[in-house]
Amino acid sequence: MGYFSVLYVLIISRVKTIEQETLLLKGLAVNDTEAIETIYRDNFAAIKSYIIKNNGYTDDALDVFQEAMIVLFEKVKSGSFTLSCQLQTYLYSICRRLWLKKLQKQNRFNPSLETIEEIVPVEDDLEFHEKKNNDFLFMESALAKIGEPCKSLLEAFYLEKKTMPEIAEAFGYTNADNAKTQKYKCLVRLKKIFFAQYKNKD
Amino acid sequence: MEENLLLDAIERYRNGQMDKNEKKFFEELKSNNPEIDELFAEHAFFLAELERMSEQKQFRHNLNEVENKLINEGVISGSKAKGKAKIVYLWNRYRRTISVAAAIACLVSLSTATIISKYSENKKVAVITPLVDHKLNQFEYKLNEIEHKLNDAATTTHSAVKPKFEANFRATGFLVDGKGYLITNAHVVQNAKNLVVENKKGDQFYAEQIYSNSVTDLAILKITDTSFAKVSDLPYTFTKSGAELAEPIFTLGYPREEVVYGEGYLSAKSGYYGDTTSYQISISVNPGNSGGPVIDKNGEVIGIISSKETNADGVVFAIKSKNIYSALKEIKKDKDITIKTPTTNSLKGLDRVKQIKKLEDFVYKVKGN
Repeated sequence: MGYFSVLYVLIISRVKTIEQETLLLKGLAVNDTEAIETIYRDNFAAIKSYIIKNNGYTDDALDVFQEAMIVLFEKVKSGSFTLSCQLQTYLYSICRRLWLKKLQKQNRFNPSLETIEEIVPVEDDLEFHEKKNNDFLFMESALAKIGEPCKSLLEAFYLEKKTMPEIAEAFGYTNADNAKTQKYKCLVRLKKIFFAQYKNKD
Repeated sequence: MEENLLLDAIERYRNGQMDKNEKKFFEELKSNNPEIDELFAEHAFFLAELERMSEQKQFRHNLNEVENKLINEGVISGSKAKGKAKIVYLWNRYRRTISVAAAIACLVSLSTATIISKYSENKKVAVITPLVDHKLNQFEYKLNEIEHKLNDAATTTHSAVKPKFEANFRATGFLVDGKGYLITNAHVVQNAKNLVVENKKGDQFYAEQIYSNSVTDLAILKITDTSFAKVSDLPYTFTKSGAELAEPIFTLGYPREEVVYGEGYLSAKSGYYGDTTSYQISISVNPGNSGGPVIDKNGEVIGIISSKETNADGVVFAIKSKNIYSALKEIKKDKDITIKTPTTNSLKGLDRVKQIKKLEDFVYKVKGN
């Protein structure tokens, strides 16, 4: 009797209600570390045991889980995401697909991979993720290529949302107009590099 | 300059910073000029991509933080048995490579270039001032130990590993991937039974070599200690292209118990006897500098210090960074281990003191016996 009640409590704490999960995803969309931590705590163990059962190590599980989290992040960011199954099932399906892909790439694919949990189709989501991930890499490498002070200047304006007078002071320009001219030059260079890569990919 | 104003208008429209009239005027302009409409679409897309990249970067950063936190708490960790099994598995896989490497090393060591690790120079140093050297080191070691204890007491987050063995050589290594992969020289770790790496704070971690190539003299180590927390944001990148003659360079290394900075310049594009896989650089280095990074003013790693010519002054050889990429490729192919070199450089444009401050946490002392 005592045993059963303990088990029951465990299940309750693991399985979140739809409201709780929606809340978690909302947190994820605004980059909230607490939400990230909760999702890790609730799901990582299952993913790890799946990957270790299927020829992998903890390090692989960490990598795969991180990528799955990024897939999820992109989905909730795009706004088009409503959870049609439990978060756990979704993450498990993504991780499983990612891991199979990785194994296939390394010619270690083992057709008898066991599935320990229910899965949902995630192919489209992963395709979307791959495309987005490429764009991310384009932008990151374009920013790295334009060099300093351009990179910091653009980051200060577009990402940190600093005002031109603030930027002029921080970067040592004589006035906001000078900083603005410099920002424009940097912007043109960044766009040129970014779109050159972007168009090249096809 | 016209485009400047136009882009500015697009940004203000996009961010809702226009008043009613301006907004109306801009919308009309846009619908009457397909070119402007196109530019608007392009720029809006570009800005969205830029913002998305930044958000994703922040997200990745948070992921790593959470991961580190949970690893430190012990919530996430490889089960003990699995960890050991992995080491045995790796050892079995590499044993053959290591013995082949050792055989090649015997041949290569016939060359006359002195290797700059404390190991091979031990005897020489010992002949001149054996007692002082030993005492100094011990004294320094004790001091460090006391310092670490104080630090540990203050932070109590690290449980530094104290090696039970006496190290008989010391060299330098640096992180190539924050997951605990370090680069050093093959000659540093050849014949080493136990390896310990130590960061600037004095935290020590056991490591094992997962790759060693005596021809290029490169070795890759993996920190095996579970107390090692993944680090992100390595500040430097590794250049694939060549460096230019006379380019100013600098290095950090451990010729002493304490980290030492040195600077110099690139003096030739080839190394010992015209070896095209390395550079000749002019810099003051000492035994223990082996395996240290050679970095240019923009914070790009152009090489790894490996040896110096015995009979000449300031003639030092550094392995070109290009070789690192081929080493990583081999590791990927042979061992299925993906080591990611850092993609963003945060040293560029900083003054040297700031560069070193950012850099020194990623340069490690490599010790062993």
